[in-house]
Amino acid sequence: MKIHINGNIKEFKGIKTTPEELIIKLNLNGKRFAIERNGEIIPKKDFNKIYINDGDKIEIIGAVGGG
Amino acid sequence: MVDKISNTSDDLTIAGLSFKSRLLIGTGKYNSFKETRSAIDASQSEIVTVAIRRVNLGQSPDEASLLDFIPPEQFTYLPNTAGCYSSDEAIRTLRLARELLDGHNLVKLEVLGDPDTLYPNVVETIKAAKILIKDGFDVMVYTSDDPIIAKQLEEIGCCAIMPLASLIGSGMGILNPWNLEIIIDKANVPVIVDAGVGTASDATIAMELGCDGILMNTAIALAHNPILMASAMRKAIESGREAFLAGRMEKKPYRASPSSPVKGLIK
Repeated sequence: MKIHINGNIKEFKGIKTTPEELIIKLNLNGKRFAIERNGEIIPKKDFNKIYINDGDKIEIIGAVGGG
Repeated sequence: MVDKISNTSDDLTIAGLSFKSRLLIGTGKYNSFKETRSAIDASQSEIVTVAIRRVNLGQSPDEASLLDFIPPEQFTYLPNTAGCYSSDEAIRTLRLARELLDGHNLVKLEVLGDPDTLYPNVVETIKAAKILIKDGFDVMVYTSDDPIIAKQLEEIGCCAIMPLASLIGSGMGILNPWNLEIIIDKANVPVIVDAGVGTASDATIAMELGCDGILMNTAIALAHNPILMASAMRKAIESGREAFLAGRMEKKPYRASPSSPVKGLIK
């Protein structure tokens, strides 16, 4: 399946994945971030409850230096 | 800061939160996270702004992040909407920030109107502020130095009004003290100068006008010695605040007044 993540297309095996699994695949586990799927925020409590499907648009954001 | 004479505390209160420091600082443009942290320590700031951006997907698992150096448990984070040019973008960014920071509601709203001047689009700002406040956010708002817009933002329910003193990152100082004074005079919420300070005397001037605090980034980060400048800004703000509270002498442009006794001169 192909997922749009932060503007890039990434290809993964299988037909769906949870946010929790995706984070591990992206080597982001242990980091602090928030995730949006198709414009909707996925609450942290739902990271292992909902699925990301082929064609979904995912944004993974964090805090950086800024004024 | 403690008023040493009357021994009463002079805390800055924003949205029910009390702060000793009236200096709020941004975390952008530093050479390293270590330098950012050292500057914050030297400034004794309690509120730090951060930007919300896409995470770097190619990073290694042990790559350090800003949050490692400035733990959100030790500071009051102020996520901003820098780079947003519409109310929709700003609202989306701050909702993500709230999720990122576990329900943290205190935010800095800025909706820009022009990439060259970074001048605020006050129409979009007002639109975003209304929606965010309804959604439970405590909104500190970056705006122009227009007193009418400042008052409207307060009436909507913004918890702090943050007018520019000059353009973001310009270091041009306090260009329109008259407008800032009108805004301060009319406001019932904290007024925090949020752009344009270039050096310590600018910060003191703003505080002497009666501003409740100053938010700055570039003046510290781009100083030749950011940590020393952070310390200078802390002192400048304390100094300006004390001078404001003390109340300056009346200006007498055409008549001198000797400080030494006129009686008893040796003749």
